Amino acid sequence: MNWITNYVRPKLQQLVRKTDVPDNLWTKCPKCEQMLYHRELESNLYVCPKCDHHLRLRAAKRLELLFDEATYETIEAPAEVLLDPLCFRDRKRYADRLKETQAATNVKDAIIVGEGRIGGLSAVVAVFDFEFMGGSMGMAVGDAFIAGARRAVETQASFLAISSSGGARMQEGILSLMQLPRTVIGVQEVKEAGLPYIAILADPTTGGVSASFAMLGDIQIAEPGAVIGFAGARVIEETIRQTLPDGFQRAEYLRDKGMLDLIVHRRELRNTLIRILRLIRNPLPSGQVVKIGDAGAWNAKRGRPGT
Amino acid sequence: MADVRAPMRNFLDFEKPIAELEAKIEELRHLSSSGDLNIIDEVTKLQGKVDRELRQIYAKLSAWQKVQVARHPDRPHFTDYAKALLEDMTPLAGDRGFAEDAAIIGGLARFRGNSVVVIGTEKGADTASRVRHNFGMAHPEGYRKARRLMELAERFRLPIVTFVDTPGAYPGIGAEERGQAEAIARSIETCLSVHVPLLSVVIGEGGSGGAIALAAGNTVLMLEHAIYSVISPEGCASILWRRADQAQVAAEALRLTAQDLKKLGVIDRIVPEPLGGAHREPEKAVAAVGDALEAALNALRGIEGGVLRARRREKFLEIGQKGLA
Ligand SMILES: [Zn+2]
Repeated sequence: MNWITNYVRPKLQQLVRKTDVPDNLWTKCPKCEQMLYHRELESNLYVCPKCDHHLRLRAAKRLELLFDEATYETIEAPAEVLLDPLCFRDRKRYADRLKETQAATNVKDAIIVGEGRIGGLSAVVAVFDFEFMGGSMGMAVGDAFIAGARRAVETQASFLAISSSGGARMQEGILSLMQLPRTVIGVQEVKEAGLPYIAILADPTTGGVSASFAMLGDIQIAEPGAVIGFAGARVIEETIRQTLPDGFQRAEYLRDKGMLDLIVHRRELRNTLIRILRLIRNPLPSGQVVKIGDAGAWNAKRGRPGT
Repeated sequence: MADVRAPMRNFLDFEKPIAELEAKIEELRHLSSSGDLNIIDEVTKLQGKVDRELRQIYAKLSAWQKVQVARHPDRPHFTDYAKALLEDMTPLAGDRGFAEDAAIIGGLARFRGNSVVVIGTEKGADTASRVRHNFGMAHPEGYRKARRLMELAERFRLPIVTFVDTPGAYPGIGAEERGQAEAIARSIETCLSVHVPLLSVVIGEGGSGGAIALAAGNTVLMLEHAIYSVISPEGCASILWRRADQAQVAAEALRLTAQDLKKLGVIDRIVPEPLGGAHREPEKAVAAVGDALEAALNALRGIEGGVLRARRREKFLEIGQKGLA
């Protein structure tokens, strides 16, 4: 299969999925250790109501939260990637690990790419799923990311990436490292088409993911408290034999060092994105006042179908 | 005496038989200042044995052995290549934002007649220079300097040649605070943006993000016993096996040798090393890299800038379609 000649096929999938949450379940907040009632947690977008800690979210859930009416279609790469290209085996065969993880997580790999509308504006969003091998980036992730970027170019949509990943997938060896230049190329294609690329860094964004597409956003947004960095904290401590400063590699720390544009609470994320996307994509004054939230009127003016 | 190779200073574990033979040769040479024919004969015989042993050992180095060869202290480093292959080398310093980073050296130079921008990671050769070059582990400033120099090359339409020999980007507080990840990402982005030929050669250790930051090139060469990996075998072992002593197993599993990377389509050409590795005959290794770079540069000559860039990107997009099954 050739990347240059083959194209992305959008896969029709209407998703207004209610996550199956039994009523009687409780979760312990990883930060304040309070027991949290599941229903309450879900209605609070998986942010701890006691301490505001942002818990990790499954990729599909994030897409639901971002798109208008929680509706999107998924985009997939034009070809399946080679399964276990290196025949890698650590304490377990990578091929087996992949199959087990797919069964346990109900997703094919560590990324889902969705397309739909955000505030009425078309957008393609690539979201990492930390549940799938720590959100690690291998061939399948890279291919899906590029497919998303190309779909954005094809439909003149904005491209957004939400990272939640420990970095490259070691079981794919050098091929995982090659996802750094490959995803960067995806970003370049979007930018060269004059379209916005927004990077949203969720917990964690480290290693090869931080050293590629995740740091190249036109706008760099992070979730509160997200761990963001290149090297792992343990590796740094072992190298320099010093204790790391408080809050080191947290989103707030990075923002204060000048590495991020914004830290946005999950509750505010969708509205913030709508505001930014409208500022970038609807730059001219309009003849009439268009209220935020009135996407239909806005789109009618732009000659687009309403939502 | 036929053999003019300098005596080796550092032997690897698996080179022990060679060390013993060469010690014997040295001993005999001291005895034979008078030119005793029997001794000369014996030395020649032993020398033949050394070559046979070397050929045997080096023909089937394990991945872990290659890791050791790639990190060999006597292996030629970037500055050795620069001295031998470049004329009018004019190092250019600094990232214009924070500091000069000596882990990455770069500048203008003439390579076999052509003006080029050259960039290389330098590990250093003795304690003082290793410290000065931070063992080849760059801070963000190093990658930002590399990016600045690539932009200089773009402006004057000069080919870029990069030499990769690094354990990886430096993991430190300052490096993180000043955006190590962003600096690497931007350097990769610039490699993939320029409209001039970009040639990269992995001469020793190609350590992860710190390597690809300089190696997203039109042509990626790799020395026969160099290594290139997403993570060090030691790091991989401690994460996936939870035991650092499994580094040898991890080295095999990672497929980090030039031979495997060629099969995967990650590198374009393997540059053969002299018998017994680049550390035995550094001048030969350096010259071989020079010849390979010149050929690669000539192959890209006359290709329009936009095509060069498109082909570079296409090459990386196509990586991953060949496995090692
Ligand atoms: Zn809490």
